[in-house]
Amino acid sequence: MPNMRPDKNPMPHQDPQARACNFSEVALGYTREQAMDEAQRCLSCKHMPCVAGCPVQIRIPEFIAKVAGGDFEGAYQIIAQDSALPAVCGRVCPQESQCEAKCVRGIKNEPVGIGRLERFVADWHNANATEKAVPPAPNGHKVAVIGSGPAGLTCAGDLAKKGYDVTVFEALHLAGGVLVYGIPEFRLPKSIVQKEVDTLKELGVKVETNMVIGRAITIDELKEEFGFEAVFIGSGAGLPKFMNIPGENLKGVYSANEFLTRINLMKAYQDGSDTPIQHSTTVAVVGGGNVAMDAARCAKRLGAEVYIVYRRSEKELPARAEEVEHAKEEGIIFKTLTNPTEILGYHNPDDPRDPKNGSVSGIRCVEMELGEPDASGRRRPIVKAGSEFEIPLDCVIMALGTSPNPLIKSTTQGLETSTWGGIIADENGLTSRENVYAGGDAVTGAATVILAMGAGKTAAKAIDEALSK
Amino acid sequence: MYRIVKKRVLNPTVTLMEVEAPAVARKAEPGQFIILRVDQEGERIPLTIAAFDREKGTVTIIFQIVGGTTEKLNHKEEGDFLQDFVGPLGKATETEGLKRVAVVGGGVGTAIAYPVAKKLHDVGCHVDLIVGFRNKDLVILEDEFKAASTQLIIGTDDGSYGKKALVTDLLREQIEAGAKYDRVIAIGPVIMMKFVCQLTKEYDIPTVVSMNPIMIDGTGMCGGCRLSVGGETKFACVDGPEFDGHKVDFDEAMARGAMYKDFERHAYEDACNLFRQEVQ
Repeated sequence: MPNMRPDKNPMPHQDPQARACNFSEVALGYTREQAMDEAQRCLSCKHMPCVAGCPVQIRIPEFIAKVAGGDFEGAYQIIAQDSALPAVCGRVCPQESQCEAKCVRGIKNEPVGIGRLERFVADWHNANATEKAVPPAPNGHKVAVIGSGPAGLTCAGDLAKKGYDVTVFEALHLAGGVLVYGIPEFRLPKSIVQKEVDTLKELGVKVETNMVIGRAITIDELKEEFGFEAVFIGSGAGLPKFMNIPGENLKGVYSANEFLTRINLMKAYQDGSDTPIQHSTTVAVVGGGNVAMDAARCAKRLGAEVYIVYRRSEKELPARAEEVEHAKEEGIIFKTLTNPTEILGYHNPDDPRDPKNGSVSGIRCVEMELGEPDASGRRRPIVKAGSEFEIPLDCVIMALGTSPNPLIKSTTQGLETSTWGGIIADENGLTSRENVYAGGDAVTGAATVILAMGAGKTAAKAIDEALSK
Repeated sequence: MYRIVKKRVLNPTVTLMEVEAPAVARKAEPGQFIILRVDQEGERIPLTIAAFDREKGTVTIIFQIVGGTTEKLNHKEEGDFLQDFVGPLGKATETEGLKRVAVVGGGVGTAIAYPVAKKLHDVGCHVDLIVGFRNKDLVILEDEFKAASTQLIIGTDDGSYGKKALVTDLLREQIEAGAKYDRVIAIGPVIMMKFVCQLTKEYDIPTVVSMNPIMIDGTGMCGGCRLSVGGETKFACVDGPEFDGHKVDFDEAMARGAMYKDFERHAYEDACNLFRQEVQ
């Protein structure tokens, strides 16, 4: 008999006040008892609606049944057949709008905590499994993967399992893409990403860091000079957007990408780090997505008072509800229906050598109200007349989204892109160039980890079909 | 890891290193830069490519010791390894169609001006290389400069070597004497580039400057290196590092460049103290 309790087992968390001062993981994960109890809430529906909600179609009821029976390694093996990064997805997937949104238990009560169970299983495996992944027999085909984020790692993993000789090229000094430079340690510990990368290496995947494809080697050279039969572009959406308002180049204005990269990749939050970061008193983060929440919560942990400035209302915040809730618990102040019009700078007219000259002193905003829905279906924010006000502060972080980096496009002839810079690819990930595939944010613009993984998986399948002909 | 095959101390604060990095050497062009990390915990710093040897697979960098990272870098010796070395980044210098050019360098910037001058000289362009230093002890690469220019003009602030003049004065002399430049290329401290551009604007000579702002990734991802050019925001790492000097907002660039000055001073002192302790 399944456990018919209406609510999910709650996720144990670090106390909000304590965690607002450290970078350790916020969610602590289920115990084995909690996991087995939660697994028993699953009804093992024959038609498996949850699987249809998963971009990589993990066989969810099957792995949950193994958890219910206490066979955690068995559960891991089921997940691993479809997902290259279970410990990552268990943490950062928006389950509430995917698998869990389709869960039958969710119609009347809370759905089964599928994400929490996935995380438990992956963590259990990482802590207890001793067997190393065994590389399969080589099939003699060489494939290049550009970018080591979720799309690239998934594509590489799936191809390596089929015996392909896969090389992943990463521009930064560390593999993981947005998982290492973007998502903070307190949401996704970097040791977990490293573990997933190491697993791929055990499967025989080669990872070449410090390689900027488009500069050091072009796509054409990969194919013609280096003998790669197919190329997968998973270079993400790395180009930060700004508002183009006055004062954006003042000292103390960061893109969320820069702020997060300094903290996550370069460890600027640690004492004695070689990489500097401004320790601010008051920070405004402009934007309302997950990246804005990450930046705000990082700034809080560095000791600042932090505002989220977002032009629509709280209901329209694109961030996951869980992230918004965590941010609020940690004391982030939400200024919704507010839009910046200018960043104000400090200027000492008496002393041109004053080191504070040219740094941020405040932000000028207007209040907004919601009008008719726009093209995105969300109600369009309109400026309230005479509502201008200023917030004194010393740091502004722009978290307005990112677009694909133009480097590969500009160095690959015949690679078609859309007007906003996304690489055009068909449903299998094939681009306008022969045997060149693409997927993830490089194609869709900034989206989620799991959608990028889904694209990497689809492309891997298509590459396999094309090369094994 | 990237091996240091040659180290040469050019003056007490400026060092040359030739580093084994075949993937970078394969494509490097004058005007481009690399980003390096000295060790596992190191920060990423951009340095302009001073020379490269495609056959040996090496890239030469020249750096001034200004902060913690360059201090640590300077303690690496021949045979030691650098943790990371990525490039070539940025756009190469455009040299096509140029007949007569003044390349103006100041301080360690002269080292960065060198490959540009050499390339122009190699393709038969008339190159006046005007370099400025604070004093005689800081003069570097004189032989290389001579070989890469039609005319080498050296100035020092105190007159202890060459002419006692700023590079702007030396450039003005040449222009007043009738030199007709298609282009002036200025590379050095931001303040020097600003004044060179003010001067060339008077004479309406197209001028290119090489900006070297604070950067992290060097691939257009962080925007830390942004600057205003003709009222538009540009990223030095992917749109540059070279820009139309008559359009660059140098005051903003100077302010942004000083963003972590306090941090750098402390990091430099810490690094120095650390090495002092090791010696004792």
